[in-house]
Amino acid sequence: MSGQVTGVVEVKEELKHISKEVPKYDSPEKVVGEARYLADVDMPGMLHAKILRSPYPHARILSIDTSKAERIPGVVAVITARDVKLNPIGFMKDNPPLKSNKVRSVRDEVAAVAAVDPEIAMEALDDIEVEYDPLPAVFDPLKALKPGAPLIHDEFGTNSVNLDFGFEAGDVEAALKAADVVVEGTYRTQYVAANPGDTMGALAWMDAHGVMNVMTNTQAPFLYQRWLAEALGLPGYRVRVVQPYIGGAFGRSLDVLPFDVIVAALAMKTRRPVKLQFTRAEELQNAPPKQPIIAMVKHGATKDGKLVARSVDLVIDSGPYVSWGVFDARVMQYTATGLYQVPFVNFKTKVVYTNNPYCGAQRSAGNSQITFALESNLEELAEELGMDPVEFRLKNANKPGTVTSQGAKITTCAMEEALREAAERIGWRGRRSAGPDRGIGFACYFHVGGGARIYRSDGCGAAVKIDDFGGVTVIVGGTEYGNGLDTSVQLIVAEELGIPLDRVKVYINGDTNIRLWDVGTHASRGTFVCGNAALHAAREARRQLLQGAAEFLDESSDDLDLKDGMIYSKKNYEKRMAYDKMIRRMHFFKGAKGTVVSTSYFYEPPSEEQDKHGYGNISAAYGFGCQSALVEVDRETGKVKVLKVVSAHDAGRVINPNGFKGQVHGGVMMGIGLALIEELKVSGGRVLNGVFEEYKMPRVVDVPEIIPVSVGEPDPAGPFGAKGMAESPIIPMAPAIANAIADAVGVRLRELPMSPERVWRALRAISSTR
Amino acid sequence: MSTRISFILNGSRVTVDVEPWESLLDVIRKKLGLKGTKLAFCRGACGGCGACTVIIDGRAVYSSILPAYKVDGRNVITIEGLASPEGLHPLQEAFVEAGAIQCGFCTSGMLMSAKALLDENPDPSDDEIKDALRGNLCRCTGYVKIIEAIKLASKRMRRPAGGG
Ligand code: FES
Ligand code: FES
Repeated sequence: MSGQVTGVVEVKEELKHISKEVPKYDSPEKVVGEARYLADVDMPGMLHAKILRSPYPHARILSIDTSKAERIPGVVAVITARDVKLNPIGFMKDNPPLKSNKVRSVRDEVAAVAAVDPEIAMEALDDIEVEYDPLPAVFDPLKALKPGAPLIHDEFGTNSVNLDFGFEAGDVEAALKAADVVVEGTYRTQYVAANPGDTMGALAWMDAHGVMNVMTNTQAPFLYQRWLAEALGLPGYRVRVVQPYIGGAFGRSLDVLPFDVIVAALAMKTRRPVKLQFTRAEELQNAPPKQPIIAMVKHGATKDGKLVARSVDLVIDSGPYVSWGVFDARVMQYTATGLYQVPFVNFKTKVVYTNNPYCGAQRSAGNSQITFALESNLEELAEELGMDPVEFRLKNANKPGTVTSQGAKITTCAMEEALREAAERIGWRGRRSAGPDRGIGFACYFHVGGGARIYRSDGCGAAVKIDDFGGVTVIVGGTEYGNGLDTSVQLIVAEELGIPLDRVKVYINGDTNIRLWDVGTHASRGTFVCGNAALHAAREARRQLLQGAAEFLDESSDDLDLKDGMIYSKKNYEKRMAYDKMIRRMHFFKGAKGTVVSTSYFYEPPSEEQDKHGYGNISAAYGFGCQSALVEVDRETGKVKVLKVVSAHDAGRVINPNGFKGQVHGGVMMGIGLALIEELKVSGGRVLNGVFEEYKMPRVVDVPEIIPVSVGEPDPAGPFGAKGMAESPIIPMAPAIANAIADAVGVRLRELPMSPERVWRALRAISSTR
Repeated sequence: MSTRISFILNGSRVTVDVEPWESLLDVIRKKLGLKGTKLAFCRGACGGCGACTVIIDGRAVYSSILPAYKVDGRNVITIEGLASPEGLHPLQEAFVEAGAIQCGFCTSGMLMSAKALLDENPDPSDDEIKDALRGNLCRCTGYVKIIEAIKLASKRMRRPAGGG
């Protein structure tokens, strides 16, 4: 079996913990069943909330009568937009948590109940009488743009969302005209549920200080604090957010959603703890899925295979409200201008309101979708040119020390090495040589690896304190939901301080009152940004410690070092003391200053916000890589089986190899799901899976041989040289598989998922034209 | 109409009143307060995810869809009963060491399925391991390290202390 990280960058300095295989920090409590997730937390007197949602995708609300529901024994409160004043939420502030005049999707919240148990709350929903006047609805974003289409927000006069993610570098039309070969195609991606084990939820209570406390499995507790406060009309300091253990999130927990506000409003009204956590069916229906796209892509190249121009025309279905899903466009933009060296790029978007579900970010925030479109189209171009796909990609690969047309400053970049590894380890010998009905495909990616400045600050704070026994606590603003940030932080702090790993405790998740601000754990930014914050806080703790020690060892602090828990003079090893003993000296020794070591650091990565033309270096480092897939296609059924995947990443120095491999395996499998298996079936604005049929996800039988490979050099800006990589393995998976299918049986799938039915139809289409 | 049932849970006898519609999972989590067993991907919504797996008389069973009254007189093991006072079960050690845990939500169920497998078949092949985990979903790990952990534990359990 696979599982070895090969080609790990050579470690020059002597590192004690970094790049060692260590268990994930929180696995001890998880392996005995002691980790407490939201579902495991109850409070005395706690009520359960349920939300009444619209039965129509588009309708006017004529009247709401809650009196019958209120009379049910066990019902403590029923609220509607009439009873509580809540401010609209979302990026465009276009989503009122409770709808008053109109509903615009079947997710829309009309009323909510808090009751002593969930069954009573559910029963009460049936007794809320709402009169609707159904309106014509629109589910196709292209139709929604046509004159006369039903208007989702009447007041805007159009379904076109007032957001432009366009970017232009050079005269693309002219460049395409001058190109020797131009290939174009339209590619579509589907709704995909993040669907982690832990469903979305919140437990809210008002405390005696008038503070609204919310326990939630959000990924962005500090934005949550701000946005919830705004929605409730409270000052931010009267909202406190607490995160328990979180059972996966994958990007879908970055927004504050109406249910969050509703739970808090119920807690305010009842003055009791109120909890709501989605059932699985509610999760599939109401949690934001991956943003689908329709992408019209054109590439032009010279006949020797040099890319000259790229144009991308994108349609994004926003659903009725603008959420993080729409902002996937920003990530897609950077890939459109950044993936391979392309001198001329034109990227256009249309964002459209419809009556479909609104989406959210999900692992790679748009990059997996756009990379499917670009890398599929590039493969078609390489075929057209009659070029070897690896050679073609090498010819256009990104290089270190370059700047993209959008201003992304590429510092470290080992894309070429990744391509070579992916080719060699998959056994590439040229097109149509993988065996009967077998094929090999390639796809590369470009992604942020040093944070992503999509908010005004992309920073994270960390604090380090050392107790009297040498125990070190790192308090970090970032969030842990399985991503492994806890372990990266532990490794970084133990390494920087020069102490044993087990002395470092990591306070992650928990309380916004205690932790320092962080924008949220997304965009593969945890290890880079929060890791850097922890590194600097630890560096300052080390400085304080050595400064204190200088006095006791009668040595200048510059001549002191701390290694393996021992503080010693580099000039004279006789002068030394265990660091924990030194800590006690500094604190308690007669005549000592009474020093206790505690530090904090706020790290803001050296990146830039986009300017008004969309230009700017949004990340302090970029990640690159290549994946190759070997597949077998069953011509009878259209079923595609992935046999082997090579997943090569330039993630700088891999500081936590266990975490790196885990992300590769998990990301590859999620990518296989995206490529072949998963789809939230949405019809008439309603999700059908979860109630009427199963939502299928990859299972153990779908696992191919997976070979994680690390390439590249330590990145100068990363903590111990690390770059982010957690999202990367999902990004090029679908196009690598699409390209492998084309290699195996000569059909090109331009729509995800590449289900047996679609493959079978495509095969039938070519056989009937032959 | 509630019924009084009595069964062995993690080595101790428990007696509890259950309703006919109550699942074993609900009884374990809500009435007996053991929260290590999870309700995850399915519960009637989608296919078996296995997060709620417990062991009943040696077999791995989904507790979320099993009426609690059916365990009357039987022997039930949950994640809380896997370790002994001497320490972790070799499977637990192997899961930690091999990096088989990310978010941890599937872990209890995976461990229960794995234990039922190794108790019956101490030296399973890769395919037999995959077969035993067919009914367990994991969204994070891609299953690879879970399989590795089970192999590691199997090796260690067959060659106890001292064996290299
Ligand atoms: S919760 Fe029981 S099988 Fe999923
Ligand atoms: S570790 Fe997250 S579901 Fe398996």
